[in-house]
Amino acid sequence: MAINREFRGRTFPPTQPYEVSRVKIAEFADAIGDPNPLYRDRDVARAAGHPDVVAPPTFPIVVSMRGAGEAVLDPDLGVDYAMVVHGEQRFEYHRPLYAGDVVTASTTISDIRTAGRNEMLTTATEIATTAGEAVVTAYSTIVVRGGAEVNG
Amino acid sequence: MMERPSYAGVEAGTELPPATYPVQRLNLVMYAGASGDFNVIHWNERIAKSVGLPDVIAHGMFTMAEAGRYVTDWTGDPGALLEYGVRFSSPVVVPDDDTGAELTVTGKVQEKLDGNRVVLALTVRSADVKVLTRARAVVRLP
Repeated sequence: MAINREFRGRTFPPTQPYEVSRVKIAEFADAIGDPNPLYRDRDVARAAGHPDVVAPPTFPIVVSMRGAGEAVLDPDLGVDYAMVVHGEQRFEYHRPLYAGDVVTASTTISDIRTAGRNEMLTTATEIATTAGEAVVTAYSTIVVRGGAEVNG
Repeated sequence: MMERPSYAGVEAGTELPPATYPVQRLNLVMYAGASGDFNVIHWNERIAKSVGLPDVIAHGMFTMAEAGRYVTDWTGDPGALLEYGVRFSSPVVVPDDDTGAELTVTGKVQEKLDGNRVVLALTVRSADVKVLTRARAVVRLP
């Protein structure tokens, strides 16, 4: 099934506020096997000049996927999630994400295109605090394998 | 702990020491839980194979996280990262054995920019296949 091209350019409403917690950051750091104390110990983080425990560079995906995920899983968009692989990912950081930040994610579907037998969908997700401070922008391209094949 | 790099101390072409990170099924299960990405191709061999993959594959974001760790280990400061992007060129196949897969990351300074910014070009391989291309980080060094 082809992706519904009418979604190109569509911006989804911001997600519910997400509170970044020290526990979640530590869980994420454990999962990626990174022992860095800046991801676990508030005193170490403060001594290094940060207000609280720092989130690893790819942690914002936890937040951006909530926004982009809602968009990608919209049944009218027509993406078969089992056929999805990640094509590209990029982050532009205004500052690190910290424990205690309360953020929302606003996602725009910037592009939908065909590449051979596959289809590619690109989203831009702005992560900002509920006070309106921009933190990070996440750009994501997913590939729907075989998405461009015509189903009988 | 390694000496932190400085802007004055690096030049275009400066190579970073390589690093190797293991990837086992347990890492993928932990990463699924921590990230909230429960796509079945990252933990269910039956479904992974039924959709044409050789086996369970790692989350692309897991691989990106390891290459990100390589950068933050080098700078010593996760806050030094201004931009970080990758293209996932080939899946990291993670067999269900006691070894799993391995990621080897190398990097070099591609370019020095103004404002103490440095562009790093990263190469990530698994089983001698490039699994990330166009992997690039912009960091601000002291």
